[in-house]
Amino acid sequence: MPARRPGRRPEPPDVMAAASKARGRLRKPVPLDRDVSGRYLPLLVAIMVYLAALALAGALSVNKLAARWDSGLAGALTLQIPAEAAAATDGPALDALTQALAATPGVLAVEPMDAQEMTALLEPWLGDAVVAGDLPLPRLVAVTIDTGGPPDMEALRATAQELAPGSLLDDHQRWLARLLDLARAVEIMAAVVVLLVVAAACIMVAFVTRMGLAAHNRAIELLHLIGAQDSYVARQFQNHALSLGLRGGLLGFLCALPTLYLARFLLQRIDTGLLPELRLEPHEWSLLVLLPVAAALVAMLTARITVLRTLARMP
Amino acid sequence: MVRFEDVVLRYGNGPEILKRISLQFDPGSYHFLVGPSGAGKSSLLRMMYLAQHPTAGRVALFGRDVAGLSRRETALLRRRIGVVFQDFRLLDHLTARENVALPLHISGQAGGRSAKDVEELLAWVGLADHMDALPPTLSGGQKQRVAIARAVIARPSLLLADEPTGNLDDRMAVRLLYLFEELNKIGTTVVIATHNESLVERFRHPVTRLRDGEAVEFDAGPAPRPQAGTA
Repeated sequence: MPARRPGRRPEPPDVMAAASKARGRLRKPVPLDRDVSGRYLPLLVAIMVYLAALALAGALSVNKLAARWDSGLAGALTLQIPAEAAAATDGPALDALTQALAATPGVLAVEPMDAQEMTALLEPWLGDAVVAGDLPLPRLVAVTIDTGGPPDMEALRATAQELAPGSLLDDHQRWLARLLDLARAVEIMAAVVVLLVVAAACIMVAFVTRMGLAAHNRAIELLHLIGAQDSYVARQFQNHALSLGLRGGLLGFLCALPTLYLARFLLQRIDTGLLPELRLEPHEWSLLVLLPVAAALVAMLTARITVLRTLARMP
Repeated sequence: MVRFEDVVLRYGNGPEILKRISLQFDPGSYHFLVGPSGAGKSSLLRMMYLAQHPTAGRVALFGRDVAGLSRRETALLRRRIGVVFQDFRLLDHLTARENVALPLHISGQAGGRSAKDVEELLAWVGLADHMDALPPTLSGGQKQRVAIARAVIARPSLLLADEPTGNLDDRMAVRLLYLFEELNKIGTTVVIATHNESLVERFRHPVTRLRDGEAVEFDAGPAPRPQAGTA
């Protein structure tokens, strides 16, 4: 039997390194990093985080757009004089209407739109016919009211009818309510997407963890038999899931960045106030940055719970 | 230390593997369990290292009924038991040194002095030149010695060995049983299941013979040790 010799030559450097490694920190008793099942987990988490990042960025942008619509139209009324009556309200008649409206308590400003402004407003939608003057256009008067002490709307309508028969006073509330409903629906859909992504991630991690438990059943049984507590075994799996989740999460987040910038660029090119801008504030970016961390934590907790629940059924 | 009272073991609806076994191993004692293959030796040991609960009867270890133990208590109790498994149960991706250090790592004693203990123990079992070898590169006998070193590294109060000399030559088998005796002298209760009658006769310790799941004979041995207490 070979025994340790007192004057033994020093071990070669690689063996010394291995020995010191073994002295300092034991390699993982459950070799999860060799599992094929875990190899694709980072990629799947990356896809999940990518989708969640897009959904979250979309929800944040739509939320801001809705707020912009809401604040932009709060206190704004539009008096619309039909095209056939518009000619009769030019000049002094328009001045009289403007003064009468401005004199109503609760009205802050009255600004009739001139032909040039109307053309600029409608040209992107209706084309050259507007420039050529071929289309009969209504006259629009923008009325700003005090939201703290709003005017009597019925009295305001009666004044408008009296001075510009056939005119319509629109407070935009019906239109705005529909837009806000749409925005809320988009936000809810985005939240549902994020929740589904989290649920799918949990199911996936639980599945991979169960496969790992089955694949390393003998090692886990051995650890138990030499005194390892369930938490020790669970730690092996949760640390592995945390590492894979973080790697996948970062990959997904990094892939989402160019997509978001591309979407922002395309939306900016359209240049209309109706669409979101996808311009995120720093605190909104921090929410997105938290996604990979959240994905890793979800993976870790799912793995831990799965392992503890499975081990609880073992003797 | 170990007390079995009318213990019955049956897997599912199968036949009784162990039939109303009653036995007691006192602290500091050294016992052999002998019997032919299928007699129930390994099943008896499995219950002693808490891998198996009895179908009926009572098993008590270290004075505690194992049926009432929580999972945490079970784990802590297992740390006081060293087991040499018949199939070694080494982790193939860990070196011999790491396999032996595993119980220390689990109980939070790894590092420092314990690393030296691991090396000394591996050297003692003749594996000084194989400390960083992976189990698949070791012979059956070498694996068995690693398994034995792992079982005794944490100085267990109870050492259970299932055919620990099965893959060893006679010289090494005797040497390892002397190691178990040394451990026994410092208070470790040793229970060895074996079919090697010649080895049993050589060491002359109390012997329990099993046949078809029944304890058919108990031989107290020629020179019983003074006992440190009762179970």
